[in-house]
Amino acid sequence: MDESMMLDTKQYIIIKFDSEQYGISISYIDNIVRLQPITRVPHTQHYFLGIINLRGEIIPVMSMRKKFELPDKENTNQTRILILKLEGNNNNKIGILVDEVKEVVTLTEENIEKISSETADIKAYLSGVGKYNGTLISMLNIAALIADIDNE
Amino acid sequence: MDLSQYLDIFVEETKEHLNNLNDQVLILEAEPENIDTVNEIFRAAHSLKGMAGTMGFKRMQRLTHNMENVFSEVRNGKLNVNADMVDIVFKCLDAIEGYLNHIMESADEGTEDNDELIELLEGALAQSGTAPAASDEPEPVTVDKMGGSAAEASEAPAASGADDAKKKYKSIPIADFEKNAMVEAKEKGLHVYASTVYIQESCLLKSARAFLVFKNLEGKGDIIKSVPSVQDIEDERFDLDFSMFIITDKSIDEIKHLIENVSEIEEAVIEEYDVPDTVTETVAEEAHEEEHAAKGSAPAAKVEKKDEKHPAHTKPGKPVVNRSVRVDIEKLDDLMNLVSELIIAKNGLVAVAGDSAIQDQSFNEQIEYVERVTTNLHESVMKVRMVPIESVVNRFPRMIRDLSKKLNKEMELIMTGEDTELDRTVIDEIGDPLMHMLRNAADHGLESTIDRLKLGKPQVGTIRLDAYQDGNNVTIEVSDDGAGVDVEKIKRKAVEKGNITEEQAEYMSDKEAIDLLFMPAFSTAEKISDVSGRGVGLDVVKNKIEGLGGDVEVKSKLGEGTTFIVRLPLTLAIIQALMVDVCGEKYALPLNSIVTVEEIMPEDIKYVHTKEVINLRGSVIPLVRLNEVLDIEASECEEESEDQSLVAVIVKKGDKQAGLVISNLLGQQEIVIKPLGKYIRVPKMISGATILGNGEVALIIDSNTLV
Repeated sequence: MDESMMLDTKQYIIIKFDSEQYGISISYIDNIVRLQPITRVPHTQHYFLGIINLRGEIIPVMSMRKKFELPDKENTNQTRILILKLEGNNNNKIGILVDEVKEVVTLTEENIEKISSETADIKAYLSGVGKYNGTLISMLNIAALIADIDNE
Repeated sequence: MDLSQYLDIFVEETKEHLNNLNDQVLILEAEPENIDTVNEIFRAAHSLKGMAGTMGFKRMQRLTHNMENVFSEVRNGKLNVNADMVDIVFKCLDAIEGYLNHIMESADEGTEDNDELIELLEGALAQSGTAPAASDEPEPVTVDKMGGSAAEASEAPAASGADDAKKKYKSIPIADFEKNAMVEAKEKGLHVYASTVYIQESCLLKSARAFLVFKNLEGKGDIIKSVPSVQDIEDERFDLDFSMFIITDKSIDEIKHLIENVSEIEEAVIEEYDVPDTVTETVAEEAHEEEHAAKGSAPAAKVEKKDEKHPAHTKPGKPVVNRSVRVDIEKLDDLMNLVSELIIAKNGLVAVAGDSAIQDQSFNEQIEYVERVTTNLHESVMKVRMVPIESVVNRFPRMIRDLSKKLNKEMELIMTGEDTELDRTVIDEIGDPLMHMLRNAADHGLESTIDRLKLGKPQVGTIRLDAYQDGNNVTIEVSDDGAGVDVEKIKRKAVEKGNITEEQAEYMSDKEAIDLLFMPAFSTAEKISDVSGRGVGLDVVKNKIEGLGGDVEVKSKLGEGTTFIVRLPLTLAIIQALMVDVCGEKYALPLNSIVTVEEIMPEDIKYVHTKEVINLRGSVIPLVRLNEVLDIEASECEEESEDQSLVAVIVKKGDKQAGLVISNLLGQQEIVIKPLGKYIRVPKMISGATILGNGEVALIIDSNTLV
């Protein structure tokens, strides 16, 4: 960890939707769990699938596909729920349902190109594009994603 | 010494003293001659002064000191209690509360000197014609630090004069083994000295000074006994003096010198101690036992009764009247969480036992045993968290008194059931809503004194606050015998404000009209006073109470008065619930709102305004299809055939009822209520979630929102 700090690098979890890869800074990740029964909550935001029990704690789970307005896809054996912990408060955990968690990569700052976009779809939640082994990874801006939920 | 660690205790105890003072001053206002009350006030003021001094809050100390002086004069019969004085004292209490609030926010008392108040106090004092310094002498009150023997001690001075009064060690009971040690020492030619050491009143670090005294004597002799105990002295649980017995070969002057060498020691009274003979021994023995049983109780029997009524009012750090421990509420929350986890785990075990093929008798017995223990454990923890509502309502008599003056209406507050207990978290939240309702009753409810006389009502308006436990709920009723709610006036107002249409107003029942009071920004006060009527009002009360899982209802009769009925759950964390199945989804319905479960034949369903209702034993009850309310897709639900009967859970809210249509009953269960987290939007009808035995999550339906 010390070494990577010195090189100004960060670790990212790579998740996949269809052929696209997205990166989430590992500092947000609390846990990665397999798909489990989700209890539906009526009359809530359309992208929230419901709530799950994570070792006695109730955690709301939202679908990234629904949030990003991607077409629905059946859950597979690869489907995972990423539990994100948000700054400061331990009680503010949120789960996101993703198609697949691929790997953890280490990127240096210079491998990430900052972008800014005003579009309403997934691109609104991107903070940059990273290059890794010849593939492109879109960096998710989790803070923006969460702030967006807060505002509703 | 770092005092910050005592800050919490200081704040708590100051609050208690303030509450006590408020109560007592109110009593004093009614009965100015009541000497017990004067004593009590004096003692509380004295404690406050001491505590503020110890914590270094100079301004607060100064104010309480002046208050104490005034009551010292009252106690000595040199000053009479009058209305002006009571007003001044109430102002002082408010000022002290101001200090306290400042201290709670910033650990600092602030810069308000309250010179005016101090002048007023000194003015009051001047009437008695004595200098304020008069009360600075060691008061007999300090002897109550000495435990059960204090009664003896307070008699002693009368008999043998002022000098003996200082020899407090005389009244200390000596145990057998201590006496033996003394006799033995005397036989060996050693001296046994008894000494009472007085520390200067201005001393901030009393325990440090006492410690130095002990340290100086170390090596010069043995201290065989000290009162209060060394531990209590270290914890600063003593007033300005302590007594001890020393066995030494040194001369009396040498020892006296050693003690008085410590700075800030006022005086050390010391003399050779005559070991008491056997005759006094039995007496001492008894007193000693008494000391163990009731250490720290007040000196006179009369006052002791008072202390029982206010167990919290004892001197700093000595809450021994009923043995109790102060526990941080967070620790209790942790404990409650653990119990919740345990109940979830227990439910898991029960589920496994039910499912699995192991039908082992002893296994099942053990599970039942665990179930019993966890239920008892839960009840115990809940009881620990229960606080009598007294701690909230005891400030209300004072408030009503002030309101009475401010509004120029004569009124009295009658409270019953102050000992009704509620969960600490509920207690913390319920104060403001109750205060609001009382203010409402005083301002809007009661007519002016003149109007009351015209109407032939008693001149003094009555406001009641009645609390009682009702099954799994606690009910608090706030009522007044005032004008009652004018339904037509409300309707007019609502139409004016555009909340309802003329037509709606016409068909509205009185009850529905009264419920309009809870609409946001709805006030019928013609005149806006600073007491109430600023538009933030009953809607906030309602929201708060519903947030606590309770509900509020109004009953009113024009000309006779209004009653607000608040129902609150006993606890927030763990409840008994009926588990139901709605089209394959599991939901929990809190048991306390369920009346019955009924089987309904389709032909019994009637329609009123296109809404489904049933006639249940003479009352017409609307039906609520839970699958529709909960937005469950029709495809999930089995197509019900025309002649199939329905299961409906009849729930109540106040005296309204509704039938919730479900698919299946799953049984009763103890459930732990968990919040759904911050981000997901939760409809009002869902009050939380719970984890079932198999790890599944079920939502809890707040049936109040569906009735």
